[in-house]
Amino acid sequence: MHADGTKLAEQADGGLRESLYRRMLLIRRFEERVYRLFLEGEIPGTLHQYQGQEAVAVGVCDALTRDDWITSTHRPHGHALAKGVSARSAMAELYGKRTGCCGGKGGSMHLGDPDVGMLPAIAIVGGGNTVVTGLGLAMKLRRRDQVAVCFFGEGATNEGAFHEGINFAAVERLPVVLVCENNLYGASTRYSRVALVPDVAERAKAYGVPARIVDGMDVLAVRAAARDAVAAARAGAGPTLLECKTYRFTGHSRSDARGYRTREEEARWAARDPLLVLGASLNEATRGHLEAEVKGELDDAVEFARDSPFPEPGDATASVYA
Amino acid sequence: MPEAVAAARRLTIGEALREAIAEEMRRDPDVFLLGEDIGVEGGFGGAFGVYLGLVEEFGHERIIDTPISEKVIAGAAVGAAVLGMRPVADVQYADFLFECMDELVNQAAKLRYMSGGKIRVPMVMRAPVGATTRGAQHGQCPESYFVHVPGLKVVAPSDAYHAKGILKSAIRDDNPVLVFEHKLLYGSKGREAAGGLDLTAEVPAEEYLVPIGKAVIKRPGADVTLVATHVSLYRSLAAADLLARDGIECEVIDPLTLLPLDGETIFGSVRRTGRLVVVHEDSLTGGWGAEIAARAADECLSYLEGPIKRVASKDAPAPAAPVLEQAVLPQVADIVAAVREAVA
Repeated sequence: MHADGTKLAEQADGGLRESLYRRMLLIRRFEERVYRLFLEGEIPGTLHQYQGQEAVAVGVCDALTRDDWITSTHRPHGHALAKGVSARSAMAELYGKRTGCCGGKGGSMHLGDPDVGMLPAIAIVGGGNTVVTGLGLAMKLRRRDQVAVCFFGEGATNEGAFHEGINFAAVERLPVVLVCENNLYGASTRYSRVALVPDVAERAKAYGVPARIVDGMDVLAVRAAARDAVAAARAGAGPTLLECKTYRFTGHSRSDARGYRTREEEARWAARDPLLVLGASLNEATRGHLEAEVKGELDDAVEFARDSPFPEPGDATASVYA
Repeated sequence: MPEAVAAARRLTIGEALREAIAEEMRRDPDVFLLGEDIGVEGGFGGAFGVYLGLVEEFGHERIIDTPISEKVIAGAAVGAAVLGMRPVADVQYADFLFECMDELVNQAAKLRYMSGGKIRVPMVMRAPVGATTRGAQHGQCPESYFVHVPGLKVVAPSDAYHAKGILKSAIRDDNPVLVFEHKLLYGSKGREAAGGLDLTAEVPAEEYLVPIGKAVIKRPGADVTLVATHVSLYRSLAAADLLARDGIECEVIDPLTLLPLDGETIFGSVRRTGRLVVVHEDSLTGGWGAEIAARAADECLSYLEGPIKRVASKDAPAPAAPVLEQAVLPQVADIVAAVREAVA
């Protein structure tokens, strides 16, 4: 585990802690709101929710600039909001509206926006692990001071794409950071059932890639590790793998009743809720103020999404080709 | 072929492709190459020598030798293309494209659409096809799998002039383009398996482009339309020679692009001749010939005077033994027989 979170929290200045907390809170409340709207039939499709993992998206994206890029997964809402997709734009996309970040063509599993440095999320497990090397390669060939980050789950490390991607990134010393969100379960399957190596970080050694295990419930710990990895990538030192130990508080998708894990295990992780871990260092008035701000932002986002027009059916075949 | 070619030379397809790549790399610093064994000193210049000599001019930064990792070759091409580079990636044998179906079908073809049209994926993937007594896993013609994918473009040049011009167009295209080349057509000597053909063609020294999406009438004829690519195109031309002796005039069309198909040229011809035979080395069932046949039935039915015929490899993997391989592949005699049925 990384250095003690509380100590880091004390070191971080109040403004930073507030800002990180607000971003995590926005994701948490966004997800809760979206879930309700989904049950009420306002939002179509399916949902893979991010509650519990907020510290990873926010901690990593805080170490990036707008010019840096991320790839995401089938669980992209948190990544999108953390990288700078507005709540309005993300919400409208979930509603299938023309004003959404993908014009309604992406939906929940493909949230993204090149304007903020985020590819449409790739919902094939491991899919981002090869594509991110191309982002890094372009940055390297153009000698741009940019970094490409790939978010993926521990489940992706059993895909061939993970192994081809990390090896190529290492061999070419690409400005890439590989962020594994190890939330213990690939859908319902526990990682220990499908890998004899307990830590994903161990796998990086096979490719000569430095790796760190990070407390994924502590945004300051994630941020500190990400800043080191990003700095190394920018300096031309090649990729780093960060294994963020985390937990999704919800089921895998909307229909998952979580019968494969115990309520005791869930309670243990809930006690380490990233909002509690960081929130402990903020006073109640500040937290209340941020709650109100986030509520206002989400009320506005929902209103915007509801009021936005649907795409024209004729748009369905547009943008297949450039 | 253009008229008044000032300094026409005869080039092989391999030489023509190399020229296309070199010209585009000189013209645009964003063009770079990605593949296995393509820039190694003392190496092969790619599996079929197309890249020989390029690394000396362009260096290893722009000619990147990858691990044997087709998923990352295609995925890296996708990612680099998203950021505006123009990667020309290749796999040594088209059979290996199945290693990177996710990157091609789920990523390259769909990222633009999923983004609501905000991004472009201007990449090229070259892939050599064709049975050459290497057996079932180094001899497939998998064009049809990709013709089925909206978001991709698929081209299949069969001579040096068109190969050079269409590869240059593919590199400049803002979409993912798969370029299928036939292994027996690279060389100059006219290998026996390709029918001992002279495979060189006149290629002008000055720059030109061949558009994607435009078919070429290789031989005009009034009685039957023959659509074919690669080795099957040359066998169709040979069949047309034989049939002409009996007074059957074939219009032989090289579609050049399989996606998007040039319906105007192909079905315009079918409306004139009233008869259609499609020939390809890919196996019969679900091959791209079925798409052309279906569209002809849909768009030209009242013009048709005979059954639409497809000549293709038999529905079997490519066998290694030459005698078996030839039994699977479409032969000149098969094409002649199909045309006779079409005009009967």
